[in-house]
Amino acid sequence: MLRLEGLKKRYKTGDEALKGVDLEIPDGQVIALIGPSGAGKSTLIRCVNRLVEPTGGKAFLGDIELTNLSSSKLRKARSRMGMIFQEYALVERLTVMENVLSGRLGYVGFWSSFFRRFPAKDVQEAYRLLDRVGLMHMADKRADELSGGQRQRVGICRALIQNPDLLLIDEPTASLDPKTSRQIMRLINELCQERGLAAIINIHDVLLAQMFSQRVVGLKLGEIVYDGKPDGLTPDVLTEIYGEEDWEATIEKVDDENELESEA
Amino acid sequence: MPRIDSTNGPVWKRRTTKQQWAIWAGWLVALAITAFAWQRISEKTIWFFVQDAPRQAADIGSRMIPPKFSYMSKLWAPIWDTLNIATLGTVIALVIAVPVAFAAARNTTPHPIVRTIAIFIIVASRSVNSLIWALMLVFIFGPGVLAGTIAIGLRSIGFCAKLLYEGIEEIDHTQVEAIEATGASGPQKMVFGIVPQVLPTFAGIGVFRWDINIRESTILGLVGAGGIGLELNGSINTLAWTQVSMILLVILLTVVVSEWVSAKVRGAII
Repeated sequence: MLRLEGLKKRYKTGDEALKGVDLEIPDGQVIALIGPSGAGKSTLIRCVNRLVEPTGGKAFLGDIELTNLSSSKLRKARSRMGMIFQEYALVERLTVMENVLSGRLGYVGFWSSFFRRFPAKDVQEAYRLLDRVGLMHMADKRADELSGGQRQRVGICRALIQNPDLLLIDEPTASLDPKTSRQIMRLINELCQERGLAAIINIHDVLLAQMFSQRVVGLKLGEIVYDGKPDGLTPDVLTEIYGEEDWEATIEKVDDENELESEA
Repeated sequence: MPRIDSTNGPVWKRRTTKQQWAIWAGWLVALAITAFAWQRISEKTIWFFVQDAPRQAADIGSRMIPPKFSYMSKLWAPIWDTLNIATLGTVIALVIAVPVAFAAARNTTPHPIVRTIAIFIIVASRSVNSLIWALMLVFIFGPGVLAGTIAIGLRSIGFCAKLLYEGIEEIDHTQVEAIEATGASGPQKMVFGIVPQVLPTFAGIGVFRWDINIRESTILGLVGAGGIGLELNGSINTLAWTQVSMILLVILLTVVVSEWVSAKVRGAII
């Protein structure tokens, strides 16, 4: 379970990215975090694993307070949180297998990782995950040889091999085509179900957010302005989050999608 | 930028009239300086020697031909020395340049003070020519290959470290961030996130510098620091022009071969 209490972040430039966010995510819940660019979505998930240091408030993973951990304990806590990135953030010149195994860095010592001597159990798990996402045959390819969708699958494996309690997912589909976007979102969703994982997914695409999450949180200028069911996103709510715009088309499309999905 | 409204609609020019005049004035000043400098040089030139130059060049040229091919038997050892000076010097430089570069790069330096020291090492190494390093080191270590090797090494540290630290500063930060997010330690972040990204740069720099060093090490013998330059110096001093031409030929061939090797290696890495 992840719990944020009045989480604040003010950048050195004076921009207040988060103005005291309170949020509680129970185990196994997948939430979509929506909001306009600059609302603080990326900052929020980076404050959880402290790639960005929050300037106020508290964050708890289970009963561990993340916000006051020493660097060695922070490493341990980070290894329990998998992160997936918009531009995949694979190490381009390493192989797919090395990229997946890098998810275990929080658990193995320096020299073992330097000589790429990962425990047999980790290697087997890596193969299992690659097989699960359909990339078994790509294991020895270099990451820069892969297509966008394939890279994101590798990114997912790297996060999952950490055996995390929580996934932090930053715009997983922003660089992908519509079809691949859905496949990736479906895959993330399925994997979260299989493993009972909690996840925060930052996402621009309202439609995808509604299709693939159990709960939607709307962020605007560093504050939560909506927290509820995906089908509670009415034009009024979207106007509240994003500002004035004709939202009917978006909503209608959602209905069509749902019908299509249910027919299929 | 300047827009002039005329009866035929707005007219756009690249520069304002003022800027245009300033540029013409700049050209005028440059011309005046060139004319003045030319005059000063002319005054100090002994024109008789200049007129004589083609004849002298032809004379030396004729004395150089044909190169003394039999002299080659004495050149194998010094050219081997030259190659060793270049190669060992490059290896020494790379070994030292790597930590210096990581200390100098803004994104990997442990502390700004460490960075300042690293930058100072780079500047100090780069500001002294390898021939001058050799000149000093011959006094310290005595004449020979060792002085030459260390001179090449010292000169190359700055070059390699500078290019490498610029390479380190240009890496993609999100890849490092992703490794950090897995709970990796500092050294692991280095090995998995940073090193793979700068490895091609590193190899490219090493080969490039080796290539330069082969050329530089051919002249180190002039100050007694070993290699083929020693033979060259001796041959010039004894006016043995056919030997000089033979040595120049060997240097040319060596440089051509090293160019070819480094081009191949760089092609293979990138």
